[in-house]
Amino acid sequence: MPRKEGARKVTGQAQYVDDLKFPGMIYGATVRNPARRGNIRGIAFLPGVPWDEFTIVTAKDIPGKNYVALILNDQPFLAGEITAHGEEAIVLIAHPDRYLVEEARRRVRIDVEALPCVDSLEDSLAGSLNGTEIIWGDNNIFKSYFMNKGDVDRGFAEADLIIEGDYETGAQEQLYIESNGMIAVANPHDGVTVWGSMQCPYYVHKALIPLFGLTPEKIRVIQMETGGGFGGKEEYPSMIAGHAALLAWKSGRPVKLIYDRAEDMTATTKRHPSRTKHRTGVTRDGKLVAMEIDFDIDGGAYATLSAVVLSRGTIHAAGPYSCPNVRIRSRALATTYPPHGAFRGFGAPQSIFALERQMNKVAAALGLPPEEFRRRNFLHGGDTTATGQVIREKVDLDDLLFRALELSHYHHHRDTFDRANPASRLKRGIGFATFMHGAGFTGSGEVALSSVVTVEATREGKVRILAASTEIGQGTNTIFSQIAADALGVDYSLIELAQPDTSTVPNSGPTVASRTVMVVGKLVEAACVGLKHKLIFSGLLEPGYSSVEFAHAAAAYIDRIGPLRASGEYKPPPNVSWNDETYQGDAYGAYAWAVYVAIVTVDPVTYEVRVDDFVAMQEVGKVIHPVLAMGQIEGGVAQAIGFALYERVAWNNGRMANGQMTNYIMPTSADLPPIRVFFAENPYAYGPSGAKGIGELPMDGVAPAILNAIEHATGVAFNHIPLVPELVMESLLAR
Amino acid sequence: MQLSVNGIERSIEAPPMSRLLDVLREGLHLTGVKEGCGEGECGACSVLIDGELANSCLVPILQVEGASITTIEGVAHGEKLHTVQQAFLDHGGAQCGICTPGMILAAIALLEQHSNPTLEHIKEGLAGNLCRCTGYMRIFEAVVQAVRP
Amino acid sequence: MRSHVPSYELVVARDLPHALSMLTEGFRPIAGGTDVMVLFEAGKLAHKKWMSIRGLPELRTIDVTPDHITFGALTTYTDVRRSAIIAAEFPLMIEAAALTGGIATQNRGTIGGNIVNASPAADTPPALLVYDAEVELTSPRGSRWVPYTQFHKGYKVMDLASDELLTRIRLPRKFASWTHFYRKVGTRRAQAISKVCFAGVRRGDQMRVALGSVGPAPIFLENSDISAISPIDDVRSTARYRMQVAKNLMEEFLHASA
Repeated sequence: MPRKEGARKVTGQAQYVDDLKFPGMIYGATVRNPARRGNIRGIAFLPGVPWDEFTIVTAKDIPGKNYVALILNDQPFLAGEITAHGEEAIVLIAHPDRYLVEEARRRVRIDVEALPCVDSLEDSLAGSLNGTEIIWGDNNIFKSYFMNKGDVDRGFAEADLIIEGDYETGAQEQLYIESNGMIAVANPHDGVTVWGSMQCPYYVHKALIPLFGLTPEKIRVIQMETGGGFGGKEEYPSMIAGHAALLAWKSGRPVKLIYDRAEDMTATTKRHPSRTKHRTGVTRDGKLVAMEIDFDIDGGAYATLSAVVLSRGTIHAAGPYSCPNVRIRSRALATTYPPHGAFRGFGAPQSIFALERQMNKVAAALGLPPEEFRRRNFLHGGDTTATGQVIREKVDLDDLLFRALELSHYHHHRDTFDRANPASRLKRGIGFATFMHGAGFTGSGEVALSSVVTVEATREGKVRILAASTEIGQGTNTIFSQIAADALGVDYSLIELAQPDTSTVPNSGPTVASRTVMVVGKLVEAACVGLKHKLIFSGLLEPGYSSVEFAHAAAAYIDRIGPLRASGEYKPPPNVSWNDETYQGDAYGAYAWAVYVAIVTVDPVTYEVRVDDFVAMQEVGKVIHPVLAMGQIEGGVAQAIGFALYERVAWNNGRMANGQMTNYIMPTSADLPPIRVFFAENPYAYGPSGAKGIGELPMDGVAPAILNAIEHATGVAFNHIPLVPELVMESLLAR
Repeated sequence: MQLSVNGIERSIEAPPMSRLLDVLREGLHLTGVKEGCGEGECGACSVLIDGELANSCLVPILQVEGASITTIEGVAHGEKLHTVQQAFLDHGGAQCGICTPGMILAAIALLEQHSNPTLEHIKEGLAGNLCRCTGYMRIFEAVVQAVRP
Repeated sequence: MRSHVPSYELVVARDLPHALSMLTEGFRPIAGGTDVMVLFEAGKLAHKKWMSIRGLPELRTIDVTPDHITFGALTTYTDVRRSAIIAAEFPLMIEAAALTGGIATQNRGTIGGNIVNASPAADTPPALLVYDAEVELTSPRGSRWVPYTQFHKGYKVMDLASDELLTRIRLPRKFASWTHFYRKVGTRRAQAISKVCFAGVRRGDQMRVALGSVGPAPIFLENSDISAISPIDDVRSTARYRMQVAKNLMEEFLHASA
């Protein structure tokens, strides 16, 4: 099946927010804190532009509540008296001449009296423990979790060997190629309408209600074609929508607010930096008996989604292994950086990186090959995860591992490199990681969301899907159409998608957490089954119908009976339970499982690492659309290679100093190895056509596979990513 | 000033340092030309100027007076897609679509130079066009398929 | 776009004399635009009067005489890559051009622009330095040839008067039988800005070495003494890394050319 909106994309007809133009539209810009954390003492508008022609908005102009509604509602749309970080919005300006807006932005002087800053997890914790510098709440802690399974102290007492390790990951920019942007029309009579680039229309909707103090039906959010998200358009678009709408509200004119690349990179959210400490107890025969994990993430200056990112990172921290005794402590801490936020994988890439490096360390300490150590500890059906979840599906990690090692000629390469490396200038290595990723919202999250999808037949005999789930490149439109066509037994071309518009589509939840196909797709399927039954029970359609007969029957139904619609509402799979207090139970309805293998070359002259070959073997239930599925995995692997080796955010005084595509290094077409993708299929009973989530999985296991390969090549254990050449050099020289 | 865009003579008025990108998007409503970075790094704004690939964000409009510009809107023949467009559609070369117009033009320029490109040619020819969705593999596949007889 | 576009002037130079006369009126040259326009987009282009010299055909030539290859300042990277004689006698120029930006940048960016933009990280200057290039500087007062090794005086400081235009570059045809070595180190393999760029040529005891990104300007190493470089920390890399990699590349060059 070709991509549903593909023809519009390859011809340049697809409409992104910056492609829209409204009569009378003016251009907005955001003026940010020029300093760091501090008290705002004054705002001056320097001469040189006709200020009387500008619309100017500060915190005082906000008609409703000055917070971005999300989880803790701690982040203001515009800082008023205190500013918490160096990229915080303080003033908004707009003018009909887009070039003049930039001239004006340079002429706003904001006077900030500096307050102390907290630049590291260590300092944030010190503040928390000693009360030295508290920048958020009572103790700098946005959220903490404590997860316990079994008796860890007894586990360590029984261990023959205890191995410790420290691991760190850096910030990462999502770097969707379409930067963020919104257009707003807002006035007290009609309410607020925004068009924009986003993943979650109802998140934006939720944030605009208190900002304007309006009723929900007065707020309308419309998603335009969206040029990539990766989590970066999960929560931050609410901020931009609010800003555009505030300018529109005050000016009475449509306002376009588009970030350029520099602003998008420096001001919007990035992946949470993390630090993980592992302490692992094993018996001499290679069985895990105790795992103690401390996992901390840097949330930046406001809570945003840190609590949920931390949750996913915590739950994934012990990986796909069966260990009777596990204790995990985790914290999301406040610092004076711009807030970190959602990014594909959502905490799991950070904790899985640490785990899969630690597993190699433990294997080496035991004198076992890394694959053999993992085999002795893999989760199997009937085993329990770290949250005490009993694995009820068929899981065959041994098979995935076997196939991944075969496909990558692992043992052959390992031997060849071991023989060749001592005499070779270039050092080569091979390594792998085994991991899983839970699809959908964590624990009781999906029940709380209670998502809805509606389908309706049109008089032309087509079927339109109404959902708030967005197409951001990953293939929502195509997969939903395919699921609907299958469920209805009609041709793919008969299926249409309504543009996500909160005034017309039900809330099918946010487009995040690898939930769109598995969770929302199931609702599409259910809604279509309902629609089909309505037609059959009405007597207008006989089973065994053709697409043409279906179309005729639908038109007849609409003519004689009325609108033909049906909805699917979320129902949890049976026997699922979750305890939010103890963090024990069924964390996710289903997991995708994977083994990734990397071959690398390390150049001791330049300290650069090149990935030469990459095998991605996974089980994601049933693959619905092989081309899209491969595209998801390949794209995720590429992004994760960037996370592992290239993409370093250079922080300078609390700001991103390399906020340009020139200096923040994402992989080009010349930098990537062949990414060889393989699927093992194992249909999931509660996913549409047996599918499970897929989008985030490839982000998780790439970095540890690569660093395991680099350790094989060099004999040096690197435990910090991004592992840029400067770090490789320091370690190789120190050896 | 005069220039030819997708085979049509256009006359435009704009400050001489205006970026070709802005003139195409704002003045001529050719919004298939995308802005990704504004610094010639990502290739989303790629167009062909007299047949040669260029980043329209780095070209002042005065420098293309009298030139012939091709944007993504001028690539298909009426309703029939260019073979490169069709190959991108068939083989998953487009995901979010924002790099796609520039990528397709870069691929067309590449095939002008190498009618039967090797994988290395393709990687080099497209290295100025960044894509964050695909990991480039489906794009390579699309270019390979576009030239298959 | 962070600049106020309407307040910038841009005029087209009709021919070289016209360009030279406008230089004296305060117009600065823009050729391929691949550097100037980046500053313009970022709101960092302070100068407001510009003239396009891109269309001057007399500056986009490659002339071959028995002693020299002389090319116009407006020769693009793509032109260089397509020149068989440059490939045969000055292969480092081909490598440098192929590693500068992507195809779109190579189609518009010029060798003259790469020189006078005077970025310490530019990729063709180290090659030009080892090939003993000379640059022609032309003004209404006349023309002069300057050894390229004497051209860069410091960070963005050049032996270039405000009324002078860099018009031609010539390379002596004496290196064809030398060993040529070029490495650009920029973390990724395309679209990179150099962290270290190394060019070297050698024949027996004769050796010429130049580097980029290890000091305020592209540097030619007198006596091939690597300790003469003075790298710094910046957003792209560290001084330690640049120093160490430069030393490693020197060893690699000596080894490869031995």
